[in-house]
Amino acid sequence: MQSLGEFSSLWPALPEGVLALGALLLLMLGAVRGERAGDLITALSVGLLVLAALIVESLPDERIIIFSGGFVFDGFARFVKSASFIASAVAIILGRTYFREIKVVHFEYPILVVLASVGMGMMISANDLLAVYVGLELMSLSLYVIAAIDRDNARSSEAGLKYFVLGALSSGLLLYGASLVYGFTGTTAFEGIAAAVTQGARPPLGLVFGLVFLIAGFAFKVSAVPFHMWTPDVYQGAPTPVAAFFSAAPKFAAMALFTRVMIGAFPQAIAAWQQVVVFIAIASMLLGAFAAIGQSNIKRLLAYSSIANMGFALVGLASATSAGIEGVLVYMLIYLFMTLGVFACVLAMRGPQGMIENVEDLAGLSKTNPMMAFILAMMMFSLIGVPPLAGFFGKYLVFLAAIEAKLYALSIIGVLSSAVGAYYYLRIIKIMYFDEVKQSLGPVPSEVKLVLGVSGAFVVLFALYPGPLYSAASAAAKSLF
Amino acid sequence: MTLAIFFFYLLSAVLVASAMMVISSRNPVHSVLFLILAFVNAAGLFVLLGAEFLAMILIVVYVGAVAVLFLFVVMMLDVDFTELRQGILQYLPIGALIGLVLLVEILLVVGSWVVAPEVAALRTTPTPTLAIADNTAALGRILYTTYIYYFQAAGLVLLVAMVGAIVLTLRHKEGVKRQDVAAQIARDPATAIEVRKVPSRAGI
Repeated sequence: MQSLGEFSSLWPALPEGVLALGALLLLMLGAVRGERAGDLITALSVGLLVLAALIVESLPDERIIIFSGGFVFDGFARFVKSASFIASAVAIILGRTYFREIKVVHFEYPILVVLASVGMGMMISANDLLAVYVGLELMSLSLYVIAAIDRDNARSSEAGLKYFVLGALSSGLLLYGASLVYGFTGTTAFEGIAAAVTQGARPPLGLVFGLVFLIAGFAFKVSAVPFHMWTPDVYQGAPTPVAAFFSAAPKFAAMALFTRVMIGAFPQAIAAWQQVVVFIAIASMLLGAFAAIGQSNIKRLLAYSSIANMGFALVGLASATSAGIEGVLVYMLIYLFMTLGVFACVLAMRGPQGMIENVEDLAGLSKTNPMMAFILAMMMFSLIGVPPLAGFFGKYLVFLAAIEAKLYALSIIGVLSSAVGAYYYLRIIKIMYFDEVKQSLGPVPSEVKLVLGVSGAFVVLFALYPGPLYSAASAAAKSLF
Repeated sequence: MTLAIFFFYLLSAVLVASAMMVISSRNPVHSVLFLILAFVNAAGLFVLLGAEFLAMILIVVYVGAVAVLFLFVVMMLDVDFTELRQGILQYLPIGALIGLVLLVEILLVVGSWVVAPEVAALRTTPTPTLAIADNTAALGRILYTTYIYYFQAAGLVLLVAMVGAIVLTLRHKEGVKRQDVAAQIARDPATAIEVRKVPSRAGI
């Protein structure tokens, strides 16, 4: 029983193990049964992701490090992982009717989402630069493939290719940074890197150089300015459920990785990375607010909205305090609900000739489908940050943390850009409620209705009972410090 | 010891000679074959150094995959190599410059050992000595213990790459006859043979 005893010490990695083995089994099933097994594989993949999230929730809270320092499980990992796995499951569910209608039937889509989730789990639990890179590549490679999965569509192929080429470049930047950090500290483990910089002393220039390259790699993955160029094209070109997936789980996982590397590996070099994060937060918020104004395609608009939202989340990271990280976690979780809800609305925009994606096509939605118009309006108000809705609380927490950290300029620019961004969100509401009906939308698939209902209810009712989420996020943030 | 020295000079001489032949032979297929000979001799040198893992990797990766790939390209693409060689004098200065840079780099490495002898100690990485475990076993031991997590994850990355390549490129064409082993085995005379009565001088 000796070997079994040693195996059991690996149980914090059980969710990733279940997902990886499950993905292999589903791949076998798909290879043997072919496309006929598509529905079964979709259902089983959702089941696997929910099971993994349940296992994550059942693990104890203490900090455990396994795999010779490569994998850490703590409250932070638990919070982000369960949210990411559920968001991945929702992305699979959203794709069910859509892919059947555009006649792109690949049983590999849910399996690739599951494999991307394994990568996300590795990223969230990374405690070593090797694990950072391998996890990031596992996730990114799966994302490149599913961006191009509608392979006969030129836009989808373009999205996949653009994402792949730029992603490879950002991986190169990240690796270059990691190699510099390794060269100047002699280790890839986060504890070792943190110990290499003495408290209060200036970190060596080479280490700061490497740190900046690491940040560039992470900024690409969370699509923060100036590494955001891929986002609008990829969101517009990729199939809508894939764009919904991109804007939710991988963003949260990448943001968690960003946070963990900054706080875990460079706690003594806060002054060095804080100014970089402040810069990319301001740039993302401003670009997201101004560039979205001229967009007519709703997926492009949502891409710029996601850039702006990453900027707001980075405001919390820039404060580099426990309260700031709590803000990041709450903000990102609420953003998951909002973005999945809005993308469910986009998936519900079905005209007589298939999917429509123009903002103008929503004209008069309040008369043809009042329920959907109401939920979309609530989502938009929440994205603006109007008080009783969920989006307000996320923004409130991150800006409060920034003010407590004395980042006044950042907070003022952030609030102002949020006001600018309100313009294009309000424009959608105006089109839905005050414009003449152009065309009525087709029936909404049942799973899209479900996602719309759940996310809408969360956004509207969050204010009544925010306690559990706050305390969970606060405990998760404290586990990092 | 003399035997080892003999083989060192034999392998080195063949290696340098075949490397020269790679760039000077007129026929590109001969070039690739000489490249393979150079690789095999380099692998032999590694074996003499006691680095048998590197030797095997060199054979498997470079000879088994890369060189064969070169051969395929050379044989399948109609590249006129004599034409490619036309401007060699024009590019000679750039080639000489790159060669000079490489030479300076090698001199810097060797020079650092001379200037600061303690640097040479950094070369001796903390691996078990050959008496305890040869380097294939040592690599395997560290790969399957300390680095098992990354090793398995790298396997998953390769799996995703493979699945992606298949999803994005494989197309099942209609009307292409594929071999169906089960159908072939399940055939019996009743289904496979059709008996026709052929009238004389008429045909079917």
